[in-house]
Amino acid sequence: MIHKYSLFGANIVIDVNSGAIHVLDDTAYKVLDFVKDRNLLLEDCLSAHPELSREEVLEAFSEIKNLIDENLLFTNDYMEKIAQNYDKDSVIKALCLHICHDCNLRCKYCFANTGDFKGERSMMSFEVGKEAIDFVISESRHRKNIEIDYFGGEPLMNFEVVKKITEYAIEEGKKHNKNFRFTLTTNGLLLNEEKIKYINEYMSNVVLSIDGRPEVNDFMRPTVSGGGTYDLIVEKFKEIAALRNQDNYYVRGTFTRNNLDFYEDVIHLANLGFEQISVEPVVLDRENRFAIKEEDLPKIFENYEKLALEIARRKKEGKGFNFFHFMLDTDGGPCVYKRLSGCGAGHEYVAITPKGEIYPCHQFVGIEEFKLGDVFSKKINKELGDKFRKSNVYTKEECKSCWAKFYCSGGCFANAYNQNGDMDKPYKIGCEMQKKRVECAIAIAAMLA
Amino acid sequence: MKHIKTLAGAALSKSVKKGGCGECQTSCQSACKTSCTVANQKCETKR
Repeated sequence: MIHKYSLFGANIVIDVNSGAIHVLDDTAYKVLDFVKDRNLLLEDCLSAHPELSREEVLEAFSEIKNLIDENLLFTNDYMEKIAQNYDKDSVIKALCLHICHDCNLRCKYCFANTGDFKGERSMMSFEVGKEAIDFVISESRHRKNIEIDYFGGEPLMNFEVVKKITEYAIEEGKKHNKNFRFTLTTNGLLLNEEKIKYINEYMSNVVLSIDGRPEVNDFMRPTVSGGGTYDLIVEKFKEIAALRNQDNYYVRGTFTRNNLDFYEDVIHLANLGFEQISVEPVVLDRENRFAIKEEDLPKIFENYEKLALEIARRKKEGKGFNFFHFMLDTDGGPCVYKRLSGCGAGHEYVAITPKGEIYPCHQFVGIEEFKLGDVFSKKINKELGDKFRKSNVYTKEECKSCWAKFYCSGGCFANAYNQNGDMDKPYKIGCEMQKKRVECAIAIAAMLA
Repeated sequence: MKHIKTLAGAALSKSVKKGGCGECQTSCQSACKTSCTVANQKCETKR
C-alpha cells in the first residue's frame, strides 16, 4: 500500500508497510500512477501524459523499479501476520493518578465534568497513592521504567499528597530497581515559587494548560467565579519553561469550534517564547456547541497547513518550535509492536481514581463497565484487560485499509467508544485530522531536507 | 537518483528485525490526553 499526496510543492509518497518516504519530481509522480504489479503500463502513461517523452518515462520508472526491488515501495503487508502472531507480554507500567477529582477552573469543554468525572468531588489520600505505587511496582514485573502522571481535576489542589507519593515511589523504586518518571498536568493557578521548584526538581515532564490568545483562553477556561485565567498563569508558565531550558514540558491547549483559527493560538504561544507546544482538537459529544463537526474540517486543515509552513519557515531561520502533533521521527520512532498496538490503555497504562479504582485510562473513568479493578484487592478484570491488549490496527476494520495506521496506531479507544459506542470503531473526524497532521509533519520534513 | 529523493528509509522493516523492548513511554503521558498519536513517541533505546 502506498499513500501519495502533493503539499507545498512537494510530491510525497509513503510506502505504508516499510515506513519509507520518498519525494518525487512531477514526472515520476505521474509515472507512478501507471505502475501495476511492479510493471509499467507504458503506452497508457504516454497517452495520458503526452507532455512526457518515452525516455523520461522509462528513466523515472527505472528509479521506481529500484525502490520496489529494495523493498522501499509497494512493500508487501507482512505486519498483519506479526499482529496475529505477536503474543504481547505487556505489563502495567504507567499510571495516571487522579490525585484530585476537583478543579479550580470551570472549563467549558472539560471531559472530566469540571473535575469530578461525574462523581463526587474528592482528593486522593496518600494511602491510596501508596497502594497504587505498590501495585505498579508489582504489575510492571521486569520493566524498569515506570511513569506516573499526576492528573486531575487540578493536582496542585492536593500537592502535599503529590509530594508524599513521589517520595514514596522514589524510595520504593530504589528497592525494586525501578526508574520512576513523573509528569504533572496543571492549569497553573496554584503555582508558586515553592511548587515550581519542586516540579522542576522531580517532574521529568510538566504539562501546562493554556489555550493560546487571552480572549480564547479566558472564554473557555474561567475560574469558578467566572474570571479570566490568562493573566494569572502566563508569566508562571514562562518562568517554568525558562527554568527547564525550554525542554521537557508542554504548554498544552485545546481548540474547539470556537477557535477553528487555532493557528493564531499556536503562534501566540510561540511568540511568547514557548518552544514545546501542543494544541489539540476538543473531543465532545457531537451535540455540544463546541464540538468539532465534519463541516469544520476544511478550516482546520487550512490552519494545520498554515502552521506547517510557518514552523518550517521558523526552523529554517533557527527560530523553530515543536508542535506536538507534527513531531514525527520519519527515520525511526517507536518500534513496530508499539505502532501496531497503540497507546497501551487498559494493559500498559491505567488510571487510578481518588478512591483507588482502576480504569483503562483517564477518559474511561466513571464508566462502570470499564472498571478494571482497584488497587487494594490488586485484582484486574482480565477479560476486559485482554480486550484492550488484543486490539490492534488489524482488528479494527477501518484501520486495516488506512495508510496512516502505523502513525496513529488505531487512535484513541475512548474517543472511539464515546463517539461510536465501540472502542474498536475509530472516531472518523479524529482520523481525518490525524491524517492531515501526518501529511503536514512529513511535508515539514521534506521542506527542511 | 534524478527523479526521486528518499526522505526516510524502511524504519518499520528495520524495527521488525530488532523487536520491541517495552520500556518506552506510553503515549498519553507526554501531552495528549485526548487524542492518540504514537508515531511521535521516542524509542527508549534511542534516548
